[in-house]
Amino acid sequence: MGESYNLGSHTFHSRLIVGSGKYDSFQTQLDATVASGAEMMTVALRRVDLTAPKSENLLSYVPEGTTILPNTAGCFNVEDAVTTCQLGRELLGHGLVKLEVIGDERTLFPDVPATIEAAKILVDDGFEVLPYITDDPVACQRLAALGCVAVMPLAAPIGSGLGIRNPANLRIILETVEVPVVVDAGVGTASDAAIAMELGCTAILMNTAIAGAKAPVQMARAMRLGVEAGRLAYESGRISRRLYANASSPLDGLASF
Amino acid sequence: MKAPLDIQVNGEPTQVAAGATLADLVEQLALGCRKIAVAVNRDVVPRSNFSKHSIEAADQIEILEAVGGG
Repeated sequence: MGESYNLGSHTFHSRLIVGSGKYDSFQTQLDATVASGAEMMTVALRRVDLTAPKSENLLSYVPEGTTILPNTAGCFNVEDAVTTCQLGRELLGHGLVKLEVIGDERTLFPDVPATIEAAKILVDDGFEVLPYITDDPVACQRLAALGCVAVMPLAAPIGSGLGIRNPANLRIILETVEVPVVVDAGVGTASDAAIAMELGCTAILMNTAIAGAKAPVQMARAMRLGVEAGRLAYESGRISRRLYANASSPLDGLASF
Repeated sequence: MKAPLDIQVNGEPTQVAAGATLADLVEQLALGCRKIAVAVNRDVVPRSNFSKHSIEAADQIEILEAVGGG
């Protein structure tokens, strides 16, 4: 396990953050979360089913010590997102929240002005805000400047599995924003996670790429290894790219036959 | 005896006794052991205040829990 990092007042070692949606069963979700090595898991807040109130709850299927991160998925305006965060804080007893204010149903891209407005209200209310946002360096700078504890640009649309679509933008965000950058959404497989980490992102948040795989628990482990490999490569400092070959074996001492 | 109060819980018409508190509603709905968060007319009510919070006619109450999400 590498060095730790902070998101607000919370300290983590694992750089993989997992969602808990789209699993066939609570048990698979739990097994995948354990296999991922993640120390934080997102949840959504939804109405209790009053017709079947004694059904099992997700919170009984969380690995010991895991931080639960409430999201505001499904919120399309500032007011709903802020209220949902307040409910999440009440439910989970901490103010670390994943802020999403969705602007478009088909792409699930964020409503950037509304996200910024909601983030400001939440930061002023003492929340530690992790905003889901487009890979727009200026939007990320605004969110960091108003006090978000990290920015979470998308790599591709939520659930799309398209991978890291715009590494150049992520690099600009990494160079111009001083808070941690967490890639949120869009990865499809372990190499995507590795690419995000090789760029220098602090962490990566994913759900569908694990839960939607044919073997979710195995994919969770693959993602863990991808994230660890990418981070190690980033910290190791990769070689620069060059157009022509550079021999690995000595050119001196060649035999003459 | 006062007439019961008509309220909405998670969008469903519901009745509670006059003078009922949120704690009474949670008991009525058999949600006492669940991890829930409650908002009344958009205002979040901490669980520690359920027994002090009186329900009023036409209150819109949302009772939420954690579910799988990304």
